[in-house]
Amino acid sequence: MTTLERNEKLIQLALLMIALSAISILAIITLFIFKEGMPIMFKYGVNKFLFGLDWYPTEQSFGLLPMIIGSLAVTAGSLIIGIPFGLACAIFLTEFSSLRLRQIIKPIIELLAGIPSVVYGFMGVIILVPFIREHLGGSGLSVLAASIILGIMILPTIISISIDSLQAVPRSYREGSIALGATKWQTTKMVTLPSAKSGIIASIILGMGRAIGETMAVIMIAGNAVSIPHSVLDPVRTLTSNIALEMGYASGEHRQALFATGVILFIIIMILNTIANATAAKQRTK
Amino acid sequence: MVTTNRMEVKNLNFYYGQNLALKDINMGIESNKVTAVIGPSGCGKSTFIRILNRMNDIIIGSRVEGAILLDGQDIYAPEVDVVEIRRKIGMVFQKSNPFPKSIFDNIAYGLRINGINNKGEIIDRVETSLKNSALWEEVQDRLDANASELSGGQQQRLCIARALAIEPEVILFDEPCSALDPISTAKIEELINELKEKYTIAIVTHNMQQAARISDYTGFFLLGELIEFDKTEKIFTNPAKKQTEDYITGRFG
Repeated sequence: MTTLERNEKLIQLALLMIALSAISILAIITLFIFKEGMPIMFKYGVNKFLFGLDWYPTEQSFGLLPMIIGSLAVTAGSLIIGIPFGLACAIFLTEFSSLRLRQIIKPIIELLAGIPSVVYGFMGVIILVPFIREHLGGSGLSVLAASIILGIMILPTIISISIDSLQAVPRSYREGSIALGATKWQTTKMVTLPSAKSGIIASIILGMGRAIGETMAVIMIAGNAVSIPHSVLDPVRTLTSNIALEMGYASGEHRQALFATGVILFIIIMILNTIANATAAKQRTK
Repeated sequence: MVTTNRMEVKNLNFYYGQNLALKDINMGIESNKVTAVIGPSGCGKSTFIRILNRMNDIIIGSRVEGAILLDGQDIYAPEVDVVEIRRKIGMVFQKSNPFPKSIFDNIAYGLRINGINNKGEIIDRVETSLKNSALWEEVQDRLDANASELSGGQQQRLCIARALAIEPEVILFDEPCSALDPISTAKIEELINELKEKYTIAIVTHNMQQAARISDYTGFFLLGELIEFDKTEKIFTNPAKKQTEDYITGRFG
């Protein structure tokens, strides 16, 4: 074996080790969460965790349904706000604005992703919550407030990935459409957007992941009450908030119940991601 | 000689920013004839043909001077609807560019954006244009297949079918065979020959034999200028200008 070949082998081996260790760290974290969280779920029954309405962790009452619904509600709310605004912005910047404007605005939007979530939460507490309290009623700490702030927080993700996938659509598609006498909007709606669909769906999946996993901003503005919300003005607690709020002082079965919360969050995210990926793959093969 | 020019180019100057890309072009494009534009790479022939249906409008910083007439009407006049112009003057590009849709939808698209929503009419016109582009036999059982499954030559004929479906008056071809093998090229040339009965055709080509085979008139471009424009037969047998002769005899380009 020559030195060159040996070096090649060594580099391959080193890269393999690094890749494996990255994956195994993730695997260990997952295993740890499941190991801590699963026993208590089996002890009191998985159904009690998934469908129980009462959360009194010091009295063996571990119902997580309000938090599951809370997480799903604010995530759905954030997508309802984030998708139309994000897509409209991405379409405007790629198809209708001048190159100069795009070159100025896109980096600014990407910068928004770097703002710490506590700052978004702070803005929510100072501006949005009082506004909702005065104009719509309730305490202001609500599903609505959390949805709006999360909707804004996922905008950079949706916009910048959607822009990338719209820009990746070959110019020849647009030219072909325009040469047939299509207007800009017809071209965008019927040629460019369908071609960029899988990238746009990916941007929504990532945005959704960020929304469902967000903790700090949500704790500050969602109200954190353990009850199923009946309107968008009711307060909610999400699964992530539940862990963050109580981990500091929990012990024994209470602590295990918080790990169980993590397990459920993990599974929900996996399910949502799988559904979204499957739809994206289906769109691609179409 | 009575000529009926479907399109007329008068004193055309074209700028990319400060750059004068086409200088004082004058030529006519006769009805139901094939007009070829030849010249070495970078001579402005593609730029020229894209001006004829205002495709260069999308290029920022470009500017057109002079007049391009379609049936006597200046297509660059301010009151003219550019969308309408592109519907009357279709275009087939150098690289075939079918949309990532089914074969059927590729053709139906042009009809739908032109406000034709009647299902029966769409089906009829898709079939007619596929027949007119000599593709029907090959794809009639798989109209729902994605256009990307077709071969390069079939894709280019699909693009021609797509242009034919909206019944333009003029069809512009921008080096339509440059990426195709000789057999596909022969099919497209044969097709262009048939199409000139119904349509007015202008074609850009870097292939001189192709221009000689299929065109009635030929214009020779060099460095943004139209050096010579005449009947194809004359250009290839007895050119008036020295540069034309040098080019067609292969001394440069």
